[in-house]
Amino acid sequence: MSATEIQSPRSGQIAGKPESGKIAPKYRRNGNSRGNFEMLAWLFMRLSGVVLVVLIFGHLIVNLLVGEGIHAIDFGFVAGKWADPFWQFWDLAMLWLAMLHGTNGVRTIINDYAEKDSTRFWLKMVLYAASAVIIILGTLVIFTFNPCPVVDGVQLPGGFCPA
Amino acid sequence: MPTKPAGTLYRGREGMWSWVGHRITGVVIFFFLLVHVLDTSLVRVSPEAYTAVIGAYKNPLMALGETGLVAAIVFHAFNGLRIIAVDFWKKGAKYQRQMLWVVLGLWVVTMVAFAIRHLSLALGGH
Repeated sequence: MSATEIQSPRSGQIAGKPESGKIAPKYRRNGNSRGNFEMLAWLFMRLSGVVLVVLIFGHLIVNLLVGEGIHAIDFGFVAGKWADPFWQFWDLAMLWLAMLHGTNGVRTIINDYAEKDSTRFWLKMVLYAASAVIIILGTLVIFTFNPCPVVDGVQLPGGFCPA
Repeated sequence: MPTKPAGTLYRGREGMWSWVGHRITGVVIFFFLLVHVLDTSLVRVSPEAYTAVIGAYKNPLMALGETGLVAAIVFHAFNGLRIIAVDFWKKGAKYQRQMLWVVLGLWVVTMVAFAIRHLSLALGGH
């Protein structure tokens, strides 16, 4: 084996056995109080990442590249999309996956660069609070959206109201 | 004075710089996402509030900003798929460098196509 070849921790060849696919003992990091959380977070980043590539590329193509592109985006454009449960579900999945993916990414960055315990703790609390607000707000907006908003019995201008 | 470490397989090379790029683009996208959910939430305030704020996106400076944002998203997406290949493909670690050049090539092609379409829509006519 050449000196520059990088061996996978999964190759399990340390004990001289052929590749088993299991993680070699010296690379195993669980067994402490954190359980499998970090491994699940790592796996989530990969799984959600693949799904997000599809969801976000679709979002960008439909909203920016098709037809008139960005000129078409106004209240009516959003109303038209969310009249369809397909786009409601699409946007909901995108919101949750992107926010959890992004929150976990920023959590990793905070853990890397904030050295003081209290700084790390408070930065993460601010992060989690902001993420929770955005996820809850976005979810409520998708599900309580009204294409024909009425305030005090008067229709707001620009809405899409049935004739 | 600390001595400069000798070059390694990772430090100062493609592996490190793609990691730096992935972090920076990730943070940029995350902060845009927070703002983007807030601006979209204006559809729940009133049709006029939403259309007014979205109107602010429709100027030449924002068109360049959107192109920059999409450049960050496309790099993060393609490099993310490369990371998955490094982690799950048997030969991923061996070919990580070559895969980065594939990522950058696809990124340039995608961005040229996106920029032509989006900038001609956003800056032309209307």
